[in-house]
Amino acid sequence: MSARTRELFALIPAALLLTAGFAAIFLSRGDLIGGLNGTNEVSDVSLTYGGIFLGVCVAAHLVLRVALPDADPYLFPLVALLASFGLVEIYRIDAELARQQAQWFVIGVGVMATTIVVLRDHGKLERYRYTIALAGIGLLMLPRLFEPTNGAYLAIKVGSISIQPAEFAKIAIVVFLASYLRDTRQVLVLGARRFAGITFPPLKHFGPLLLVWGTAMLLLFFIRDIGSSVMFFGAFLAMVYIATDRLSFVVIGLLLFFGGAYLVAGHIGHIADRIDAWQTPFDPEIFNPDRAGGSYQLAQGLYSQADGGLLGKGFGGAVLELPKGQCGEGASLCTLLPAPHTDFIYAVIVNELGLIGASGLLCVYLLVVQRGFKIAMLARDSFSKLLAAGLTTVFALQVFVIVGGVTKVIPLTGVTLPFVSYGGSSILANFVLLALLLLVSNRARREA
Amino acid sequence: MNKPITRVFIVSMMMFALLVGATSWWTVVDADSLNHDRPEQNRRALLRGLKIKRGVIRDADGKVIARSVKRSDGVYTRRYPQGDLFGHPIGYSYASLGQTGVEAFYDEDLRGEQSDSESLLGELTGREQGGDNLQTTIDPTAQAQAEQLIAAASPEQGGSAVALDPQTGAVKVMASVPGYDPNDLRQTGALDRFNKDDTRRPLVNRALQFGYAPGSTMKVVTLAAALDSGKFDLDTPVDGTNNVPISGVPLKNDFNESLGSVDLVTALAKSVNTAFAQVAVDLGKGTMKKYMDRFGFNKKPQLDYPKNAMSASGEYRAKKQGGPLGLFPPTSTFADIGRVGIGQDKLLVTPLQMAQVAATIANKGVLMKPHIGARLVDRDGRTTRTIEPEVQSEVISESAAADVTEAMVAVVERGTGGAAQIPGVQVAGKTGTAETTLGPGAKNKLWFIAFAPASDPEVAIAVTVDDVVGFGGDVVAPIAKQLIQTLLNEKKTP
Repeated sequence: MSARTRELFALIPAALLLTAGFAAIFLSRGDLIGGLNGTNEVSDVSLTYGGIFLGVCVAAHLVLRVALPDADPYLFPLVALLASFGLVEIYRIDAELARQQAQWFVIGVGVMATTIVVLRDHGKLERYRYTIALAGIGLLMLPRLFEPTNGAYLAIKVGSISIQPAEFAKIAIVVFLASYLRDTRQVLVLGARRFAGITFPPLKHFGPLLLVWGTAMLLLFFIRDIGSSVMFFGAFLAMVYIATDRLSFVVIGLLLFFGGAYLVAGHIGHIADRIDAWQTPFDPEIFNPDRAGGSYQLAQGLYSQADGGLLGKGFGGAVLELPKGQCGEGASLCTLLPAPHTDFIYAVIVNELGLIGASGLLCVYLLVVQRGFKIAMLARDSFSKLLAAGLTTVFALQVFVIVGGVTKVIPLTGVTLPFVSYGGSSILANFVLLALLLLVSNRARREA
Repeated sequence: MNKPITRVFIVSMMMFALLVGATSWWTVVDADSLNHDRPEQNRRALLRGLKIKRGVIRDADGKVIARSVKRSDGVYTRRYPQGDLFGHPIGYSYASLGQTGVEAFYDEDLRGEQSDSESLLGELTGREQGGDNLQTTIDPTAQAQAEQLIAAASPEQGGSAVALDPQTGAVKVMASVPGYDPNDLRQTGALDRFNKDDTRRPLVNRALQFGYAPGSTMKVVTLAAALDSGKFDLDTPVDGTNNVPISGVPLKNDFNESLGSVDLVTALAKSVNTAFAQVAVDLGKGTMKKYMDRFGFNKKPQLDYPKNAMSASGEYRAKKQGGPLGLFPPTSTFADIGRVGIGQDKLLVTPLQMAQVAATIANKGVLMKPHIGARLVDRDGRTTRTIEPEVQSEVISESAAADVTEAMVAVVERGTGGAAQIPGVQVAGKTGTAETTLGPGAKNKLWFIAFAPASDPEVAIAVTVDDVVGFGGDVVAPIAKQLIQTLLNEKKTP
């Protein structure tokens, strides 16, 4: 069976999950009227949704069949599985949001196809590396011109659409780093000096790298988005490590990062608040819903995970909102769990599908990550290896930052759960990321 | 370059394992604490309760005390068709206010807490989640009568009555006046208004929460300890002279009566303070504490009612001005055991506790665990759980109990409790009068504890009325008498 045929068959489970998921939601809402009247609306509607979803996926598959016949067959079906997970969960939260998300999914698949068809060869990206680096930094800077949300400059608003440029900037920075490290990895290793038992990279070649990365980091603190900065920095370290195989570089980098973070955390109010909230989320004073930078959201996220337990409450089983008349006079919040469709979608998933369902979701992510690193290992040239590994690391770190934040492993910072959270920027950027991984894998497997 | 890539992948796997581990912590290991420990932060259980048809609570006649009705917006809310009659002890259950009383204690049963497999089965069969119905032991006729009589006797400060079936521990009456109508709490701000009413305090269940000085009803405990310990028998002469110094301070008898040497039956019938104070001193703090503990003092009652809404009966010290009261054992150096033995000193007791004292004597020295719930019945009418009679403690021997009964019968037949006499039924009782103010027209806390029929008791009761001029025997004994008559009649014609 060819790679593409395997891909086609692997898409079926994703479509089935979507169908079953919608059916479960209709059932839990008690929309059984159709069924009782003999028209069986439940299965009809969920089958329609499943069918449309499968149709979009098959169309994307056909593009891949023509353009990238040798690309990894599992990546796209895994992503489709994640997207169907997200669509069902968002639909359960708000039908209108799910409609928009479905739109973004279709556009995202289109962007992926366009990227593949237009780019054809990811090697071309190397030619524009400084342009790409500048574009990435520019993207990060843009939100500073707009109003901050929750103390961070995350989004730019064009009309009614809000765009999160950091989602795209992460790809630009990884492309630049991959290209630059390809050129300098040898000198970085050969020119390194040992001092006091630690190997230091040569400043001459490491300099520009530090400069670009440093600018990106400064900007991230400038826009106060600590979640993205952790992602960027982690990917940077992983790529330097893969390029040079020198653990000491990673150690130096980590020390620099924590030193910097320590200095910055004290000066940016909302970061210090986040750390307090992280340490004692159930403290009544910090828990106060009206307190800016309080722990209300984190604590409610933990409560809803506990509510889910091992098996979950089932689709529609999570309590997300207070009923009318239960909000209390003058209460600023009528939602029990704020941001259930974006930052806290993981908590909702745990609430409804339990530890079992959430572990399944994390396994799907881990499989995507495994395919990504596998592509990096198969690739022949350094640029492809670094690009694939870098993109995969950014992807894995994004999952870690948000899920770790929601489960109180690390302080909470708002990034999206790739392909699952609601949000156009996130979907589009991650489909571009997927397109690049598929391009790398097509060449790698063809040559192999 | 593949080796470092492999290592980065291994680090990624470890990070994902950490995420699964953290999720397991919140969903499994720590879940119980998160789900239950902070209901003010985590209101999921209460909100979910809105969608559940809570079980019905019924009185002993099968009439509905509390039921859930579906509002037009699909949310269930509680209705209490009998109004303020059962505000205490049944309590209320509203999502916005929480739960109290029996509603709170039997919450899981009334909600129908389901296991995952049960709720899955329910989903498939289309069966709505619903709780079991609770049948209680409360007699509505006697309950209504108790509330009326107490309100008539003390309209301002009210009082309380508790009646028990001594053989089973079933609570027949639990009245607390002034009370409240749980239906009123649905109005915005009503709970707050009731809470701030410091003169009437309608939300306090006086049967379980209020500390009253027990006055002479405590002499029954002292007599039981004296007889069961073997140090005394009914004929042992005791000193009933007036103004005997107890703990260095002379103690007076009622009307400064000096009786000289009397036997214990007369001492109880005439409620001689000096006699029982000396008996208590003679028994000593250790023996008094031992018997008080057996009767249930110094600990929260074992009633099927939320623990935080019940007070222990015992010696209380005011910690600071306006500060919380502190329970301390009667063996403490602060205790004046002679005055404890006659219900003075710093003794504060609940009507339930004094009803249990009467019930213990009535049940041949064996104290039964009190309970308001009789049984839980599912929606198909099957009994899912019966609250069986259980022994709380074996307090005194059967012969000692028979002797105490004899003395208590004397109280009613020729002593201070004459107003409780019922034609054709032998009543055993004890009066109590605790002074709250001094001087002419002084107001007292009045008590009467009793059981009947003395030979084969079916009812044990404690009645207390606050801030009334007079003696327990004059004001409260007639209330107890009427309640006993009602309960005995009810028993004959079920």
